[in-house]
Amino acid sequence: MSAEIEYTTISGISGPLLFIDGVRGVGYGDIVEIRDSSGQIRTGQTLEVDEQRAVVQVYEGTSGLSVHGTRAVFVGKPMEIPVDRDMLGRVFDGLGRPIDGAPQVITDRVMNVNGMPINPWAREYPRDFIQTGISAIDGMNTLIRGQKLPIFSGSGMPHNRIAAQIARQAKILTAGEEFTVIFAAMGVNFDVARFFIDSLEESGVLTHSAMFLSLADSPSIERLVTPRIALTLAEYLAFEEGMHVLVILTDITNYCEALRELSSSRGEIPSRKGYPGYLYSDLATLYERAGRLKGCGGSITQIPILTMPSDDISHPVPDLTGYITEGQIVLERQLFNKGIYPPIAGLPSLSRLMKDGIGEGRTRQDHGHVAAQLFASYAKVKRIRELAAIVGEEELSELDKIYLKFGAAFEDVFLRQAYDEDRSIEQTLEIGWRVLSLLPGEELYRLTRDELQRYYLA
Amino acid sequence: MDDLATGKVIAVNGPIVKATGLRGIGMFDVAEVGSDRLMGEVIRLDKDVTIIQVYEDNTGMRPGDEVISHCRPLSVLLGPGLIGNIYDGIQRPLVGLCEMCGSYIRKGITISPLAVDRKWEFQPLADAGTEVRGGSLIGEVRESPLVLHRVLLPPGVSGTLTGIAPAGQYTIEEEVFTLDTGSGTYSGKLASYWPVRRPRPAGTRKKPSIPLITGQRIIDTFFPIARGGTAAIPGGFGTGKTMTQHALAKWCNADIIVYIGCGERGNEMTEVLTDFPRLIDERNGRPLIERTVMIANTSNMPVPAREVSIYTGVTIAEYYRDMGYGVAVMADSTSRWAEALRELASRLGDMPAEEGFPPYLGTRLAEFYERAGRVETLSGREGDITIIGAVSPPGGDFSEPVTQNTSRFVRCFWALDKTLADARHYPSISWIDSYTEYLSDIGQWWENLDNEWLSIRNELMNILVEDHRLQQVVKLVGSDALPPSEQYVLFCAETIKNVFLQQNSFDPHDKFCSPEKQLKLLHTLVCLYRRGLELVQAGLSVKDIAGLEVVSEIVRLKSEISNREIEKIDAYTLRLEQGLAALKIPTTGE
Ligand SMILES: Nc1ncnc2c1ncn2[C@@H]1O[C@H](COP(=O)(O)OP(=O)(O)OP(=O)(O)O)[C@@H](O)[C@H]1O
Ligand SMILES: [Mg+2]
Repeated sequence: MSAEIEYTTISGISGPLLFIDGVRGVGYGDIVEIRDSSGQIRTGQTLEVDEQRAVVQVYEGTSGLSVHGTRAVFVGKPMEIPVDRDMLGRVFDGLGRPIDGAPQVITDRVMNVNGMPINPWAREYPRDFIQTGISAIDGMNTLIRGQKLPIFSGSGMPHNRIAAQIARQAKILTAGEEFTVIFAAMGVNFDVARFFIDSLEESGVLTHSAMFLSLADSPSIERLVTPRIALTLAEYLAFEEGMHVLVILTDITNYCEALRELSSSRGEIPSRKGYPGYLYSDLATLYERAGRLKGCGGSITQIPILTMPSDDISHPVPDLTGYITEGQIVLERQLFNKGIYPPIAGLPSLSRLMKDGIGEGRTRQDHGHVAAQLFASYAKVKRIRELAAIVGEEELSELDKIYLKFGAAFEDVFLRQAYDEDRSIEQTLEIGWRVLSLLPGEELYRLTRDELQRYYLA
Repeated sequence: MDDLATGKVIAVNGPIVKATGLRGIGMFDVAEVGSDRLMGEVIRLDKDVTIIQVYEDNTGMRPGDEVISHCRPLSVLLGPGLIGNIYDGIQRPLVGLCEMCGSYIRKGITISPLAVDRKWEFQPLADAGTEVRGGSLIGEVRESPLVLHRVLLPPGVSGTLTGIAPAGQYTIEEEVFTLDTGSGTYSGKLASYWPVRRPRPAGTRKKPSIPLITGQRIIDTFFPIARGGTAAIPGGFGTGKTMTQHALAKWCNADIIVYIGCGERGNEMTEVLTDFPRLIDERNGRPLIERTVMIANTSNMPVPAREVSIYTGVTIAEYYRDMGYGVAVMADSTSRWAEALRELASRLGDMPAEEGFPPYLGTRLAEFYERAGRVETLSGREGDITIIGAVSPPGGDFSEPVTQNTSRFVRCFWALDKTLADARHYPSISWIDSYTEYLSDIGQWWENLDNEWLSIRNELMNILVEDHRLQQVVKLVGSDALPPSEQYVLFCAETIKNVFLQQNSFDPHDKFCSPEKQLKLLHTLVCLYRRGLELVQAGLSVKDIAGLEVVSEIVRLKSEISNREIEKIDAYTLRLEQGLAALKIPTTGE
């Protein structure tokens, strides 16, 4: 390799992009060190290169960069970060540099932040139940070790509390095995980061957690790297050190906005709502990094959090996320306004890996049927409520009125629980049966005769 | 014959690479790019500039890198050993990749799609001296306990058989027959290449007249598909496209399944890989994996390879069709394929049509679905390919380009309904928005089993349609405001949904419902409707009928009675008849 050439031939700056002319030997994806006129160093990555010119995205943003006086050196390799166990208990910025006052972690092990696609043959199908202690999740939308299960929220709703409650309570079940939380913040304010730091500290997890913070005041382009850095450390810990890693990514909507910004400054043809056509594939390169591998003890469970603009689940960000993740926990404004915590929507929430992680020998034999029955009956409640809104509650049939009672109990007794209430799966199922027993036995056709005989409270 | 072209990279924009100097290279030829010799395909020629899409992660590729090409089109290797295997979009075997480089897919690795050292028991079936042409049967190999692999002369080759190997063990690289083609000698092996983008020729097309039995009641009875037909499963996320595809791949009565996971989840492919070797096909007692070929180009694998994956899959399907098999192709999801097309088109700077998709989206979709069909093969056998494609419309909105274009070319449309899925009514195939154009083609098959089939099916369908209409009224005034006979329609529709339409893929008895069991249940339901309606019209209330014990019992028949003991359903139907007959009709004036 030839000695590193320093280029001063910046021909343009646009949004987060820098155009450098006359480059030679530059590879697609190569990392660039950019020194501005004041001597400050920024990091960039080559997005496009031909014989005349390279297009570089600058992670720290281009503000303050000028065409003159800026120097660029192509490092000739993709972006890498050091990974080590010692990174647990530490706080880093969005590009992986320590911001907790302690020195840089010293290690020889560096990994490419972009990761590599996992060979489907090498995956172990996830089926280990994680008890979160939250009935709406454990009972109806079970979280599985190695799953990617996002929280679809809206502004002001308690997604952070739910994620923190999961992080805190999930650890109990995995006692004896190494459990760790990796937290990546993208464009959220410091309060959110503080909240997680505090709640992890309270539950004693902080010392074996790592935080990567790209807060609202950091350049938006930085958010594109932050989750990749967090997941790279997660992969190392899970698949090389055999740990069970829970990765919380918040807020994916901010991440997608950064991608949209980058795409529009490249002049790409936008797809829906101005987001690039490759948003799906790009998100997949994050979410698909969850899972388990054959022959490795560890796992990566992902809880990405996103806020749905105007609570719209068909917005491209929740929509494309839902198409990639293995279900979704949807928070509902109506429940939230009723003061119900956690306001987990009864119908649109789903865990796709639930089916293989529950039942006899895993949770309890009747679990699947109880969940299906709760969903089906609650769906009926929703229909009857619509009708009641029109014809008035008095006009409803006796059976319909019973359904409304069931609906109220479902929300008030099953869904509702305290922030520090940690229910066992038996408790959750017991409460499930208690509310189902408000309905006449004939209505419960998702349950078998045996199950009814055994658990139905006449 | 082998021309070697060499050139140099001049620009890199993601997986799209421009090169110059490649003299003699043609469209869709394979090129090896850069020091890692990454595999790519020529997708456009522009004077001296060749535009190549690279199928592997090409970070680090730079202008000046070398490009070489043997000027051969992108092809798949077809031969014994495909069955039970799993490939990425460009037919690299995932098991082999894993053994070579571990859990992650690394770039720059070439590996034969078929085991080169495995010996197959070859049985010659043609004599030296005979005239043979494309499609002629040369011999046989037992590929899996379920699949007898017919070794056929590839299409386009013909001549006199000059030699054929005796029965024995051969690898795919050994010569097993020779041909005098008139212009030279052709050396025949157990495996051969075929360009993925070129449909394999077949003889005449036949009318699809046999249903593909899927064991899914709403499909087989209400929206059946014929063998050789095409179907789309559109639906928003989480509505059940993949589950439906998995159910079909498991239980449908095709001879061969080609399952293409195109831009979807890694775990879903892992699920197929873990389930299929264990699941036993009731019809032959063998594990499902013995009739299945899988293509997995998951969402996080290189996008260009996703674009080609459906062609790789369908070419393999055609290969088995040519042997005289019925092949079912599942493509999950064609929307991800279309998005790959869009992404590449946009990098090429093509003018977009609707929502950024290139104007040729429709043509490409049509070409793909056109590779389905029931045909007389070149060897005079009958073979068919059924294509079932999932469609993932953004926001679940069916008016988007991929759903719209697909619906122009498929004849079966299984629309998934979010409301049904939310209520955990699975399969969430809407009985209102779905349609099939095969009903009249395959009706006779069912009528041979039961000559009342069509009339009962239509009668129940009408109840469902009527129910849908009445529900609009109910929403406004409640059901009590309706006359009793209409209330009874609502009740029957509800019963049909619970007894028949709803089907649990995880239930050991319910996951597959034989045509005979479907018929039994249809008779039970139509009995409830016809007899009950008479009673209601005579003055009985819907409650009286709904209150019968046997009525609440029929909801559980599907999961309590297996496909082997369906006669038991008759007893319920009889009890239902008796129960209804015993109900007292109130005399007027009381
Ligand atoms: N026939 C069925 N029986 C039981 N459960 C089902 C059935 N179909 C779907 N489900 C449930 O719905 C979930 C989602 O189904 P599936 O994964 O097939 O959705 P999809 O339409 O493929 O979604 P995506 O577009 O995001 O891939 C499943 O995990 C399962 O829990
Ligand atoms: Mg799917």
